[in-house]
Formats: sequence, structure tokens, C-alpha cells
Amino acid sequence: MSREAQQHFEILVIGGGPAGMAAAARAAECGARVGVVDDNFRLGGQIWRGERGDARVDDTRLGESRSNDSRSDDGKKKEASLWAGRVRASGATALCGLRVVHQPNAGVLLAENLDGFCELTYEKLVLATGARERFLPFPGWTLPNVMGAGGLQAMVKSGLPIRGKRVVVAGTGPLLLAVAAYLRKHGAEVPVICEQASWSSLAKFGLALPGWPEKIVQALQLKRDLAGVPFAANSWPLAAHGQQTLETVTISRAGQNESIRCDFLASGFHLIPNIELPLLLGCGVNDGLVQVDDFQTTTVPSIFCAGEPTSIGGVELALVEGQIAGLAAAGRRSEAKALFGKRQKARRFARLLDRTFRLRSELGGLPLPETMVCRCEDVSYSRLRQHRSWRAAKLHTRCGMGPCQGRVCGPATQFLFNWNSDSIRPPVFPARVETLAAMDGQSHLRHSEVTGGQS
Amino acid sequence: MPEQITVTVNGAPVAVPSGATVAVAMVLAGVACRTSVSGEPRGPLCGMGICFECRVAIGGIPHCRSCQVLCEQGMQVTTEN
Repeated sequence: MSREAQQHFEILVIGGGPAGMAAAARAAECGARVGVVDDNFRLGGQIWRGERGDARVDDTRLGESRSNDSRSDDGKKKEASLWAGRVRASGATALCGLRVVHQPNAGVLLAENLDGFCELTYEKLVLATGARERFLPFPGWTLPNVMGAGGLQAMVKSGLPIRGKRVVVAGTGPLLLAVAAYLRKHGAEVPVICEQASWSSLAKFGLALPGWPEKIVQALQLKRDLAGVPFAANSWPLAAHGQQTLETVTISRAGQNESIRCDFLASGFHLIPNIELPLLLGCGVNDGLVQVDDFQTTTVPSIFCAGEPTSIGGVELALVEGQIAGLAAAGRRSEAKALFGKRQKARRFARLLDRTFRLRSELGGLPLPETMVCRCEDVSYSRLRQHRSWRAAKLHTRCGMGPCQGRVCGPATQFLFNWNSDSIRPPVFPARVETLAAMDGQSHLRHSEVTGGQS
Repeated sequence: MPEQITVTVNGAPVAVPSGATVAVAMVLAGVACRTSVSGEPRGPLCGMGICFECRVAIGGIPHCRSCQVLCEQGMQVTTEN
């Protein structure tokens, strides 16, 4: 464990999910001094988020196998522990519970944790900032117990008892099935899974799957785990109802409205890349995705990017891109090249996901005039509708100017109004005043320490 | 099963599984994490530290994202209104 307020790494990786772990392990195995930063308690990212109780055992230990786990989970956990072991053996330093907020000078990142702040300096940087769920506004979506699909899963993994609770799962994307299977395994009753995509696009998706045999295996396991749970295509949430908390959900189920009593609504509409830090560092972004060359280099030559920020392609793509980025950052370009074929295949899957789970236009008609779109500042649909751009809406309504800095309402307004919210200013996350003071160079680093991880 | 620990939410004791986050304690307590600008009750949305809907005061420190903090025995959680 380090106690310096400043730490230097030849290669610094931001994000400790699959892409970041793969990048860190491969780079450190080449002998480079590597650090990997994540703002969660430990490595693994969202997809390999561990169960409650493992959290403080070991920052790089993931996925303890449990007797009631299905085989799909088992395979996932094997892969997670394999990479956790590789990171540990590689000698890379894991810096958990640490969040990057700004780059005050080239090659220097400012980060903070619960105790203070620190500076991380680097020669090469790998951005593996992952993705978040896309949320779409509909009447009642701000009620307590209406959560993201991945959001509710994260809560259950964090200790929320779900046994005997009724959970409607609705939105779009492969995450819905994985979440429903997970919740069911932990004792929840799932009355229906609503997928907005049409049967025909799902059928095309199914027909294309043989190109990725490992996905077929996952699909069959999910099918078994979800036996008896109704799956409705062409279906989406219309409204959530309740006084102080959620009581019922109205869904549009293949053209029919239906009201369902439930304890939770788990609703997410596929994923949005986290491109805020890449944008802040000046990396070129096109159509919401970070632009990279064959070696995962961004438009800034010392900065690489891997995983979901370059395209939403899941764990296989993240792992191969992470490895390429780590190897390329360590100067091992020929070893990186050997992985190009594997990446090509995984990228085709990303394009298939994109086509299959594209949002239907009806979802843009869900908000009522009074439905809040910006949850931080309580800006309603009718107020936003009067403006012509994200910038105008920000200036007039404070939309996107609350603590989430547009991470929730930005993607929603992009879908609803076709607004482009690709602008960012430091800090990329709300930061404490003493951290902000350090941004201007007005104060020297005083008392902070970097905690977490092995070193 | 692992033991339970107790935290307080606005002074009332809440039993949570050990290792749970403060956001879990809030859902178990049935208490909204915050009241929005226009007076709506709000609870956790993203579960991963992005949305800031679950922010509460923990041990007197305001604006903590409760989904990112683990419960500790005797921890005092208060909602920000």
C-alpha cells in the first residue's frame, strides 16, 4: 500500500473492468510499471462485480464460486478469477476506491478517494472507462424502487434481499435476460421480461449467433435459467405508479396495455459508453464512440482506449481490446497484432447488438409534458421541448447541470430530441473543494494517501 | 447466512446484511434517499455511482453516494432535505 500523494506509472490504466484488467496484466507482464485505477471497492467492473462480503477480502479477488450458481455464472467467474490472478501475478498496482476527476497538466491526473486526493503521473495511459445503462424517461420513472436493470442487479449483489419480491424487467438489450436470470436465481419472481425490440430483429439476432459459438452456449444457459418466465418482444414500460414508492407498472405488451403489481421495476435500454474522461483528455470521438486505430491508440498518441468506450461489444471484445491496448502501450506491437483477428470477430458481434437493440421511435412518445427528464434539476419534458439544443436547454433550464453532469439525461435527450451532448468540462465528477483547489495549482498536495490494492 | 449489522437511518435502527451498501440500507428502511428540487422522493437508480440519486449524509458527511459506501456497525445515515 502506498502513502505518497504522487505516484508515477509508465503505463496507467483507468478502469478496472475486463478491458482495464486485461490491459494492466498484459502491460505489466512485459515488465512495465503499471497502475490500474477504479472507483469501486475492487477490480472487476460492473460485469464481474463480486457478491457482498467478498468486497474487502482482497482487492483483486473476484467471483467466489457458490454451490447454487448456474454454469453460465461459473464460466464467467472462471474467466474473472483468471484475469484477477493474472493482474495479481503481473505486479500491476491496483488502486481501488479512487476516482479520476481532472488532468491539470499533460501526463498528470488528479484523483480523489474518501480520504483525500492524489496525483497520478504517466507516460502512457489506457482508458477503459466502460459503459453505463441508458435510461429513458416515462411517467413514474423517478419513483423509488424503479431502478436500472443492471442497477437492481448491482443492488442485489450489494446485499439487497430480493427473495419473494416481484420484479418487472423491461427495456432492451441482452442485459435484461442476464439480470432476470440472476434475480430469479436469488428468489425473485419475474412476472414478465419486456423487450422493446421486435421478434423479427430478435430472430435475425438468433440466426446470426452461430458465428459466435460461446454466445450460443450462454443463450442456452439463460434459456434454462429463465424457464417459465414470460418473455415479451415488442413490449416496453408505459408508466410506473405509486404514492411514495413503486406499486404497479403499466406495460405495452405486444400492442396491449397491461397493469402489473410489483415491488421493483428493473428498466434499462442497453448501454452508453463512458466517454467523459476521453473527451476531457482531448481524444477524438465520433458518433458517441472514442476513435481508435488498429493498436487502440486514440487521436492523442500517448493515450489508448479499450472496451465499451470504443463500441458496445461485451466482455469478449473488451478483453481482446484491453490486451491489444496493454501490449501496444508496452511497445509490443507484433504481439498485439496477433490478436487483431479475434478482435475483428468480436467487433462484428458489437455491430449485431447495435442493429438488434436499436430503440424504436414509439419510446420517444413515452414522457408526458410533466415527466421529469433531468432528475438532478427536475426539468420536465415540456420545458425541454421548447429548446433547440442541449446547450440552449442547459442555459435556460439547468438540464444536465446537476451532480450527474448529464450522464442520465444526456443520452435520454439525445434520443428524444436528437441533441448532441458531447461536451465536457472539469472536474468530470463532482469533487471536493480541496481537490478542486489542487486543480489550479494554488495549493500543494498536503495530506492525501492512495489506498487500496496491492503494490 | 452472514450476521446482520445495524445502522441508523434518520435515527431509526435498520438491520442490514453485513457487507451491504448504505443504498441497500435505505431500500430496506423504505426511506427515500433524497427529496428532489420539486419535492419528489428519490431512491437509487443506477447502482454504480453515476446518477447521484442515492446521495445521503453518512456520519455527518453530506452528499455521499450511498451505493458506493459499505455499511458499518452503528453508522449514522441521514437524508438530505
